[in-house]
Amino acid sequence: MADLVCEDLNMAFTNPQTGAVVEALKNINFTLQKGELLSVLGPSGCGKTTLLNLIAGFLNPTSGTASLGGRVIDGPGLERGMVFQQGALFEWLPVSKNVDFGLRMKSTDPAHSRQLVEKWLDIVGLQGFGDTPTYQLSGGMQQRVALARCLVNDPDLILMDEPLGALDALTREKMQSLVLELWKETGKTIIIITHSVEEALLLGERLFVMAPRPGRIHKEYNLPFAERGLSETLREVKQDKEFNEVREEILTMIWDMEEEIMGRG
Amino acid sequence: MVEWLSDNRAGFAAVIVLLLVAMFIWSIVLGRKQAVLTAKDEVFGDPQRTRGGWYWALSGVATLMLIWFYFSWGIGRAYFPTAANEMCQVAKLEEVVSPIKAALPIGSRYYKSTLLVARNSDQLDTVEAELPTGAFTSPEQAKLKALTSNVRSLIVNSSNPKNLSREATKKLDQIVFQLNALSMELRGGFEGFSPTAKALAQPKWGTTHVEIPILPITARGMLFDGVATKAREVATLFRKIRNHPPANVTIIADVKARIAKFKKVNASGKFDKKTDADRVAYVKAVERIFRRLDDGTIFPANSLDGVNGAIAGLDAARDHARGSLGTIEAIFFPGIGVVKSRTQCTEQGSARWLPKPMDVIATFFKLANPDIEGGGGYKGVPLLWWKWLPVADLVDFFTPDWIADLWPGEYTRHGTDGTISPNFKDRLLNFARGDLYLGSIPALDGHLWDSVFRVLVAMGLGIFLGVPLGLFMGVSRFFKSFFDPLIELYRPVPPLAWAPLILTIFGITDDGKVFLLFMVAFAIMVISARTGASGTQLSKIRASHSLGASDRQIMWNVILPNALPEILTGVRIAIGVCWGTLVAAEILAGTTGIGFIENIARTVSDYELIWVTILIMGMLGLLFDLIMRWVIDKTIPWRGKG
Repeated sequence: MADLVCEDLNMAFTNPQTGAVVEALKNINFTLQKGELLSVLGPSGCGKTTLLNLIAGFLNPTSGTASLGGRVIDGPGLERGMVFQQGALFEWLPVSKNVDFGLRMKSTDPAHSRQLVEKWLDIVGLQGFGDTPTYQLSGGMQQRVALARCLVNDPDLILMDEPLGALDALTREKMQSLVLELWKETGKTIIIITHSVEEALLLGERLFVMAPRPGRIHKEYNLPFAERGLSETLREVKQDKEFNEVREEILTMIWDMEEEIMGRG
Repeated sequence: MVEWLSDNRAGFAAVIVLLLVAMFIWSIVLGRKQAVLTAKDEVFGDPQRTRGGWYWALSGVATLMLIWFYFSWGIGRAYFPTAANEMCQVAKLEEVVSPIKAALPIGSRYYKSTLLVARNSDQLDTVEAELPTGAFTSPEQAKLKALTSNVRSLIVNSSNPKNLSREATKKLDQIVFQLNALSMELRGGFEGFSPTAKALAQPKWGTTHVEIPILPITARGMLFDGVATKAREVATLFRKIRNHPPANVTIIADVKARIAKFKKVNASGKFDKKTDADRVAYVKAVERIFRRLDDGTIFPANSLDGVNGAIAGLDAARDHARGSLGTIEAIFFPGIGVVKSRTQCTEQGSARWLPKPMDVIATFFKLANPDIEGGGGYKGVPLLWWKWLPVADLVDFFTPDWIADLWPGEYTRHGTDGTISPNFKDRLLNFARGDLYLGSIPALDGHLWDSVFRVLVAMGLGIFLGVPLGLFMGVSRFFKSFFDPLIELYRPVPPLAWAPLILTIFGITDDGKVFLLFMVAFAIMVISARTGASGTQLSKIRASHSLGASDRQIMWNVILPNALPEILTGVRIAIGVCWGTLVAAEILAGTTGIGFIENIARTVSDYELIWVTILIMGMLGLLFDLIMRWVIDKTIPWRGKG
C-alpha cells in the first residue's frame, strides 16, 4: 500500500522581479514500490532537490500530485523522514535528545523513547554516545545521528538529500554500506539524491538520470549493484565490468547535458 | 583605628610606592628574561607572541599606579609630608608681593606706567582724529582740541622725573629699604624659629576638607610666614603711593571745568537727536580718558627702578631661603605648585583634579561605611547595605488600589455618633495601599544597590518583552513589518536625548529611569532576538517539520535555542549600554544612585568623590561583563560550533 506515486508533477518558479518563469520540473511520472531504493542523479539545476522537497512536503507542486500510500502529500509529515547534507542537527541538544526529538514532539512515553533511542544508536554504531554534545562529533558520526533521528520515527519513506556529500572518501564508503544495511534490515523505501555517479550506481536499485531545462527524468535504469552490495564488499562491486560500463555511459550522458547547457548559456 | 590609618596615609603611601617601584623593576627583569627565552621560537607577527605575559601586565599596572601617585603629588606627600605646608608659606609671600610685581617689569614685562602711557596716548590720538565736525561748531572744535591737548599734557608732566614730588621719592626709597630688609631677613636663615602649638595641632595634609594646613609647621615656614606678614605693609604702602606733579593740579581743575561746560551745553536740549548723541558720546570719550589720568598712577620710568631691583633681590633671597624645597618642588610636585588665595592654600596643576590614591581610598571607605550617624554613606544613604523593608510596601507596589473599588458595596461613612467602623471593602483598600503592618523582610539598600536595581529591573522587562517580540519578528512577515517602523523610529535616538522628556514626565522617582533603561534594553533585545531567529538554518526548520513538530514546538524547541547566542550577546551589550545611560539619567535627576553622588560631588568640586564614583562605576561595569561572559560560556557551549 505504501507506494509513492507521482502523477504529472509540474513545478514552476516565477522570479518576482523579472517575471521570468523557470520550469524546475515538468511532467514527472513515476511509481515507487514499497521497499525500493531509488537514487536520483543529474547535473546541477535539473530539479533533483526540488523533486525531493515536493515529496517531503516543503513545497507544493504547481500542478499534479504526489501521494504516498494513497494519501496526497500536502505538507511535511512523520511518515516521510528526511536526511540533509549537513546533518541539520540541533547543536544545543546531546545526541540522544536529537534522536528522540520526533518522539518528544508527539509526547511518547519517555521509557519507551529511551528504548527506541538506544536501539537505533546501536544500529547506526553510536552506542554510548547518547550524552555527547553533537558539535563534538565528526561529520560521519553526525550523519549517523541524523539517520537515527529519522529512523526512530519509523517512517514509510526516507528522503536523503546528498547525505554523504560532505564526507571524506573513506567515511563515505562506510556510510554507503550502512545505508545498504539499513535498507535491507528495515525494508524502507528510500530515495537518495547524489552528485556522485558511483554512489548512485552502488545505492540505486532503481536510478533516475534527470536532465535540466525543463527538469525531467531523462533515463531510468534498474540495477543489480545494490543487491550485490549487501553480500559483497563495495570495492568488489566497483571493480565489476558491468558497473564500469554503466558508469561510463551515465558520465557521458551527464557530460553531454552539461555541454549543452554551457552551449546554450 | 580607622582614624590612625587615615592620619598616617602618607606613610602607607611611602611603603606602597616603594613596593610599586620594586614590582615594576622585578616584572621588567622577569619579562626581559622570558623574552630572551622565547625569542627563538616565535617569528615576528606570530599571534602566539601575544599569549601570556602576566609580568608585563604587572609592570603596566605598576606604571599606571606610579604615574597616578606622581601626578597627584602622592609621591611628594609620601616622602615630604611637610613640603606643601612650606610651599604654602612661600605662596603667602608671593600672594602679598604680587600686586607690587604686577606694576613692574619683573612681574609683567613693562612698567604699569608705560602701559598706561601707551594706552591713553593711543586713545587720545583716536579721539582727536574722530572729532565729529558736523556736531560741533568751529569755535567748539577749537576748544575741544585744546581740551584733549590739555589731557595729553597730564601724561607728559607725569612722565618727567623732575616733576616727581619729594614726598613720593621719599616713600619709594622707604619701600626699597624695607624690601631690602626683608631680603636680609630671608637670607638670615631660620635658626631659632619654631612652629606654634596651634600650628602643630592642625589636621594633616589632605585628611580633612582643608587641603593644606595653612599655619607654618616648620622653622622655614615660620620664616616665610613672618616675612610675608611684614611684606603686606610694604605692599599697602606701595599701593597708596601717587605721583601728582604741581602743574597737573591746575590742568586737572581746568579740564574738569571745560568738560562740565560742554555737558551743560549738551543738556540744553537744542540739538536734534543725532547731533545730541554725537556730542554726548564725544565728551564722554574724552572724559573717560581724563578720569584715568587724574589719579596720579603714572610715574617716571626710572623712578621705579629701585623698587624693581629690590623685588628681584627679594625673589633671589626667597629662592635662597627655599633651599632644597625648590628642588623637591620641581621634581616631586609637577604643575603650578601651591597657590595661596584669600584664606586657603590649594594644590594647583594635575594635583588639583587628580586626587592622591590614598585619599581616594579613604574617601571610598568613608562612603562605604554604612554607619550614617558616624559620617558614612552620602546624603543620608549608605553606599551598599541592607535594611528592613516592610512587606506592606511590596504589597502596595504590586496591588493596585482599584482592586478594592471592584469589590461590591460602598466604603464606610462616618456614623451619626462620629465614629467609623470599617467594613471589608475599607480593609481591602488599606491592604492594597500597604496601610497595615505585615512584618518586614531584609532587603538591600544604598546608592549602589539603587543603581544596580534600576538596571536589573529594566533589563528584566526588556528581556521578558523584547525577546518574544524579536523572535516573532524573526519568523513572521506581519510582526516584522508592523513593529519594525516603531522600533526603528525610536531606537536611533540616543538614549540621553530621550532622558529630559522621560524624566520630566515621570519625575525624579525610579519609574522614569527604569523606563528610559527599559527603552534601551528593549530595542537591543528585540533586534538581537530577531537576528537570532531569522538566522536559523532552513534545514533545521525543515528537519523539525519533518520530525512532526508543530509551529509552537518549533518556536520553543528550535528557534529559541538557536537564537540563544545572539540573545545572550544582546543581553551583554544591553547591560553595558543601560549602565552608561543610567549614570547619565541619575546625573540629570534623582536623589540616590552612583550617578547622583558624582553629580553632587561635581557641584562642590569634590575631586576625590568624583574619582571614587568613576572607579566604582568602572568596576561594576567590568563585573557585569565578566558575569555575562561566564553565563555565555556556561549556557551556550555550542556557540560558533553549529
